[in-house]
Amino acid sequence: MPPKRKNDTAIKVEDVGMDVDAVLDSGSEEEARRRTKNRRIKPQRKAKQVSDDEEEEEEDEAPKKRGRKKKPKPQDSDEDDEEDKRSVKSKGSKVSRKKAQKDDSDEESEEDRGKRKKGGAVSKKEKEEQNKDKKGNPKERRRDSKGGDKDKKKKNGKLSSSSDSGESDEDSLSEGELAALKEQVEEKKKLIATLRNKPWRMKRRLVLLKEAQEFVEKFEGALGKGRGRKLYAFKVMMTKKFIKFKRDFENFKTACIPWERKIKEVESHFGSSVASYFIFLRWMYGVNLVLFGLMFGLVVLPEVLMGLPYGSIPRKTVPREEQDSAMDFSVLFDFGGYCKYSILFYGYYNNSPTIGVLKFRLPLSYLLVGVGIFGYSLMVVVRMMARNANEGGDGADEGEFTFSWKMFTSWDYLIGNPETADNKYASITTSFKESIVDEQENQKDENIHLRRFLRVLANLMILCCLGGSGYLIYYAVKRSQEFSKMDPDDLSWLQKNEVEIVMSLLGLVCPPLFETIAELEKYHPRIALKWQLGRIFALFLGNLYTFLFALFDEVTAKLESEKIIKNATEWGLNEYYANYSSFYNTTNVPPPNVDPADVVRGPCWETAVGIEFVKLTVSDIQVTYLTILIGDFLRAVTVRFLNYCWCWDLEAGFPSYAEFDISGNVLGLIFNQGMIWMGAFYAPGLVGLNVLRLLTSMYYQCWAVMACNVPHERVFKASRSNNFYMGLLLLVLFLSLLPVVYTIMTLSPSFDCGPFSGQDKMYDVVMETIEKDLPAFIGNIFTYATNPGLIMPAVLLMVLALYYLNTTSKGYQQANLDLKKKMQMARDEEKNRRNNKDSTNQVMKDLEDLLPNKSLVPPPTEEEPPPPDVVTEKGSKSPKTKPGSATKGVNLQKEVSLAASNPRGPVTRAPGPRGGPPGNTRGPQPGPGRGRGAPPRK
Amino acid sequence: MGNKQTTFTDEQLEAYQDCTFFTRKEILRLHSRYRELAPHLVPLDYTNNPDIRVPLTLIVTMPELKVCQGPSEGRHCWRLDCRLTVCLCWQENPFRDRIVETFSEDGQGNLTFNDFVDMFSALCETSPRELKTIYAFKIYDYNRDNFICKEDLEKTLNKLTKGELTPEEVALVCDKAIEEADLDADNKLSFADFENMISKAPDFLSNFHVRI
Repeated sequence: MPPKRKNDTAIKVEDVGMDVDAVLDSGSEEEARRRTKNRRIKPQRKAKQVSDDEEEEEEDEAPKKRGRKKKPKPQDSDEDDEEDKRSVKSKGSKVSRKKAQKDDSDEESEEDRGKRKKGGAVSKKEKEEQNKDKKGNPKERRRDSKGGDKDKKKKNGKLSSSSDSGESDEDSLSEGELAALKEQVEEKKKLIATLRNKPWRMKRRLVLLKEAQEFVEKFEGALGKGRGRKLYAFKVMMTKKFIKFKRDFENFKTACIPWERKIKEVESHFGSSVASYFIFLRWMYGVNLVLFGLMFGLVVLPEVLMGLPYGSIPRKTVPREEQDSAMDFSVLFDFGGYCKYSILFYGYYNNSPTIGVLKFRLPLSYLLVGVGIFGYSLMVVVRMMARNANEGGDGADEGEFTFSWKMFTSWDYLIGNPETADNKYASITTSFKESIVDEQENQKDENIHLRRFLRVLANLMILCCLGGSGYLIYYAVKRSQEFSKMDPDDLSWLQKNEVEIVMSLLGLVCPPLFETIAELEKYHPRIALKWQLGRIFALFLGNLYTFLFALFDEVTAKLESEKIIKNATEWGLNEYYANYSSFYNTTNVPPPNVDPADVVRGPCWETAVGIEFVKLTVSDIQVTYLTILIGDFLRAVTVRFLNYCWCWDLEAGFPSYAEFDISGNVLGLIFNQGMIWMGAFYAPGLVGLNVLRLLTSMYYQCWAVMACNVPHERVFKASRSNNFYMGLLLLVLFLSLLPVVYTIMTLSPSFDCGPFSGQDKMYDVVMETIEKDLPAFIGNIFTYATNPGLIMPAVLLMVLALYYLNTTSKGYQQANLDLKKKMQMARDEEKNRRNNKDSTNQVMKDLEDLLPNKSLVPPPTEEEPPPPDVVTEKGSKSPKTKPGSATKGVNLQKEVSLAASNPRGPVTRAPGPRGGPPGNTRGPQPGPGRGRGAPPRK
Repeated sequence: MGNKQTTFTDEQLEAYQDCTFFTRKEILRLHSRYRELAPHLVPLDYTNNPDIRVPLTLIVTMPELKVCQGPSEGRHCWRLDCRLTVCLCWQENPFRDRIVETFSEDGQGNLTFNDFVDMFSALCETSPRELKTIYAFKIYDYNRDNFICKEDLEKTLNKLTKGELTPEEVALVCDKAIEEADLDADNKLSFADFENMISKAPDFLSNFHVRI
């Protein structure tokens, strides 16, 4: 119900202020209504144009009040006095007053009944509320008088009196009373829980808290009888313990968040946008830690602990011809040699269905972890996105509040560095100026054709760049395949690492190139940033996918060669078995006795893919770190020290110090993560590597940013793009999911390496487990579940649900739009009326036509002359009313302004020209035609 | 900080924890902060709730910030324990006088310890949007008439831009801001207008807090 809500907010606002003089904990409706009554004083004193309309509305809510309203207000203050006296009395003689108090409250509720015409007997509950009101009222007054210790005493007295009355209630615990009491206790508990969210002064909060706690403690025991009582006490105790535990746990949790201090330091130097990168990095680290835990705990560790040791089977041994160079650094650095035949890569894992004494199903676990990594990441990213969406404003149209947002939310309260602060001031000033210019020449079209042409040209150039880079990568990968067929000794380091170098260089060169090209387009910086991000994203994505396709070519080639080797091996084995059995004439043939290093083996494409990804990641790390070292650190050192002996000012002039490139860094992080997701299935060690990388880069980049970067000149907003980044992450996740799932589902695994060797398809492991190891009925269920007859309806159902949700969301959107439109209309109408009195409403227009000519009659006579004392009162009470001004004055004012029944509100300033520019709004304005039209609330 | 036992009783600490968003440690830390502002004024023993106010000038300057800067130049963070530093970012905040005034009970900027704790609790990261909105409204409402009128806006704007806009520009911006956010067309922003506007602002929450 609107009036109540309004009052609540009013209370909230005013409470914070200096002139707090009321408010109890939010209670029942009666209470609220009572409050409304008291509350009405306020707006009239503060802002004279409190609309009578609104009041009328409220009265409609409670029409019975109307009669009473007409009565002069003094009664009210009398009541207050009475209550005051009563409370004093009760303070004086606590116990003995109990009965009288009850009478009093009866009396009062009788009054209330008369007013409200509730009829019927006064319920016990109401009595309780009366008590509470009494409890509250002295408090109000106390807050006004602002006495120090006296208050406390008063309060104590009051508290004990109220509790006494409560005890008396206890004597005759009827059902209703019990329920009421319980309700009250619950209310108090709720109050305790939400106290910190209340905009009250600390002193008040403390007092209320104490009161509530005492109350709860007192009456909690009274609830329940006999066994129930004990149980209740136990429950209460447990909740207390639980709350305590929760609090400790929270403390512990905050203590566990790493790098809080580092990030704060960065934040205070560079503002929240740079810090947001580090927070993102930390979040990423957390996610990767979980992935690493999964991978390490369920795949790597079991294999290490329970699997066969190194050198026992061919897949775990370095082949004979590679053994000489297997420990060379150059080989290890390329992840060949011992690295290739280690737990880091797919090929090392054995295909025995169970390992160790625990009968751990490694192949199954491998597959499930591989899929689970994606599942977990998806879940986390989506959850994060949802949370961000909730937190950020609910997406008003851009530009609806340009100026007010700039005004009220642009200062970053976290900035603690003078330089950053100066930059912030400058950037705020420029942004204001820009907006002003935008506003002034909203549609100033200078040669739009040239602009368009330039934009098309820029996009064309960027497309060419993208295509070129894609082709370059494809070419490099093809070349590297040719190289790989040659003898590795003939190749230089450059030739071996061509692909990685090309990709890193492209990532290094293209973004600045794009930025230069984007200069042509002359977009607004924020739009330009979006375009830039999109283009870099496209570049990275294109590169990654070209790389993938080239890799697929390689994989299919490897699959071919593998087939040949496999056939040859099988043929050889068959020959061996045939020879052996014919020679020794036995069917019990022992396996051929060959050293594992000498066994002929296939190319094992999975490991090759894994190695590619690991190499890519490593080179990415190298390039990133080197860029920071050279581009930031060396540059800073040069600028700093060469500045003493240079012909121009290096610090202010050309090279200057570097700024921290937030978008580039975030995108780099996202793509790195994409590579991790793609490669993790084929190289379980990659996740560990990434954890290390994130860890080091946290420290390294923190150091770099503090040591060599300067704050941004244009501090742009990061929070808005937060979900943008998350969206990119989600897209990358999905795109990296595709190839992995494709390979799992379609390609057949190598025959002699990895956990799935010997299977036709990787997912056969699951089938096998279901068929062989689980009870038969689960297998049955599974076959039913995978039956097309069941899947089709399920899909249909999902489509229907989608459709339904889509429709409802559209409906909500429509409603939203309608409401917005309505608000806009109300606003416009109000403005129209205010500016030129030209209402859009025909009736109002007619009414206004009937008024005497405005230009001839000065405004004061047009409206009913307000009582003179109001004017003087208002004059003396400028808006700067000091807190704690006498309540008497307020009362007086209230009654006066209520007595004056003119709907227009009193006039407070000298008659001036109407409809002038809304320039001087100092002090309240005269009321509009018929008071405020639409209240702001829906 | 070694005398935790005597600063507050356990009940007091519990009560503060119930009333604010702080942990026990942080409250103790705040007290030591508060005490450092005016060591001669503020007693160490707070068990009997002494009624002591530290004046605005002391709080606004926060002198010990500079003392604690130490070798790392320009750093306004000081270290309190091994885990947390307090970055008040206080010196650079153009609204600091106003914030202190808003949170002081007498409106003059004299803070009792309760007010001090209150201030940081409201401005800390975990406090909800509604609470922050209310206090932000209070902060921007310079003349305390429960409306943000044009004069308030002008003051805010001049603080934000260090007075670098011309009067005409200031007037234009203020007009525009009011026009945008004023829903009931009374040429000033009531709390409802302000709340409506702020609730849609993307970076109010991330910007409107002080770390402790």
